[in-house]
Amino acid sequence: MIEFHQVFKRYEGGHEALKGVSFALKHGEMAFLTGHSGAGKSTLLKLIALMERPTRGQVILDGQNISQAKDRQIPFHRRKIGMIFQDHRLLYDRSVYDNVALPLVIAGVADRDIPKRVRAALDKVGLLTKEKQLPIQLSGGEQQRVGIARAVVNKPPLLLADEPTGNLDPELSAEIMSLFEQFNQVGVSVLIASHDLGLIARLKHPVITLKDGRTIRNDLIEEVHA
Amino acid sequence: MAGATAHKVSFLDRFKMALYLHKKNSTDSLLSILKQPTNSWLTIMVLAIALALPGIFYIMTNNAKALSSNWETTMAISLYLQETTSQQQAQDLVGQLLAQDKFQSVSLTSKEQALEEFKKYSGIGDSLEMLTENPLPMVINVVPDEAKVALSELQSLVESLEKNPIVDSSSLDAEWINRYQEILKISEKIGSFISLLLAIGVLLIVGNTIRLAILNRREEIQVIKLVGATDAFIRRPFLYTGLWYGLMAGVIAALMISILSNLVASSTGRLAELYQSQYQLLGLSLSQTFALIGIGALLGLFGSWISVRKHLKEIQPT
Repeated sequence: MIEFHQVFKRYEGGHEALKGVSFALKHGEMAFLTGHSGAGKSTLLKLIALMERPTRGQVILDGQNISQAKDRQIPFHRRKIGMIFQDHRLLYDRSVYDNVALPLVIAGVADRDIPKRVRAALDKVGLLTKEKQLPIQLSGGEQQRVGIARAVVNKPPLLLADEPTGNLDPELSAEIMSLFEQFNQVGVSVLIASHDLGLIARLKHPVITLKDGRTIRNDLIEEVHA
Repeated sequence: MAGATAHKVSFLDRFKMALYLHKKNSTDSLLSILKQPTNSWLTIMVLAIALALPGIFYIMTNNAKALSSNWETTMAISLYLQETTSQQQAQDLVGQLLAQDKFQSVSLTSKEQALEEFKKYSGIGDSLEMLTENPLPMVINVVPDEAKVALSELQSLVESLEKNPIVDSSSLDAEWINRYQEILKISEKIGSFISLLLAIGVLLIVGNTIRLAILNRREEIQVIKLVGATDAFIRRPFLYTGLWYGLMAGVIAALMISILSNLVASSTGRLAELYQSQYQLLGLSLSQTFALIGIGALLGLFGSWISVRKHLKEIQPT
């Protein structure tokens, strides 16, 4: 699904966020990305979502070298990825329903198919009864689930989550993680950046640990050269 | 692969979606303009004034041109005859000119009549008594037929008349009309230049308004880009906003102009009566009104396009 080959990322101003990172996440695999803040977790996710470009090396998604994608291809690339953020990134002036429907509207899904698919996504995250509410009327955990519903409504083959449980208590965090596992069980590849080491240890998934832009633990390394 | 993007979008669906989005974007942006009245209306009024000014200027020059075309019918040539010309020779020339069929009227003013008129209008009649002989020449007044002689041919007509040996000199009363028209041409040029400046002003105002709208929705744009929106998708509502601004400003400008020309028309009517003229003030015709609204809409669209082009690129998700 995702392959990194000796990826370097140097920001303007000289900060080197990634220094030769390689790994491969297979189709339908779920993995965690850990490390202290500033270790390069967010940069790695941004490279996959084409929010940043690598300085050197190759990022391959679904067999395509996305480092060479043209700007106008970026939207179509992002439609293959469901992204979940620590701060949810919802549109706060629109209802839960409209937030979840957004990727479908953007992708040009036929009008008649939208309600069905939005409700299916909301049902999966347990928010079917809240579709008419505004995000601000929901708790933090519920807002995060709206974000997850939005990420999966278009049935992308890959989910990326950046600290999805960062602001949640352990119980809610576990709930969110089990949601990701459910999506993984139906074949969605999942990569979650988190520093919640306790939670990660309990869930038996491969882990990549970054420190100063290098991998210090890499459960996904063998596949790169395989 | 179970999680794949299994959904295929047919061409027809795509087309319908595009139509639907256009309809939705246009109504949404119209509603949002109508929902925040003060801000939007202030902008629209400024735009309307900027559009109305060239319109008013256009009407003014148009009317000034129409006025001068009225005057062309009253232009006349005076031929001053040689001192030695006899009454008979003068009569013959009048006859010849009448035969040419180019003129509305040809009349002869004798030396005596000329003196009478001079005494009457000059105010120095008494001093003329001291002269032993009449110094004034005979004059033939020629009024060209405007249907047969164009204004541009007038000068050559005068020259050909002057070639007649008994004609000493001539004067063309239309001279000042020419000057008037030169002045008109200059003011038209100034008018076009001012219109151009105002059009640029409209572009800048719309561009700035759209810029603020984009910056206000910065976070929303970032989120929408993250979920895979194309630039066209993001651009569309802003373009519609610009279009609506321009369109509404055009309509209001047309209203302003029609109110103004109606107000002025009643007083020009009275003025024309005093001059025993049939002159009627020309307002904007229906097609000109639509052109004004259309220009407003186009400027609005173009102004927002420039702004969107510049600012949407700057907003990238982080």
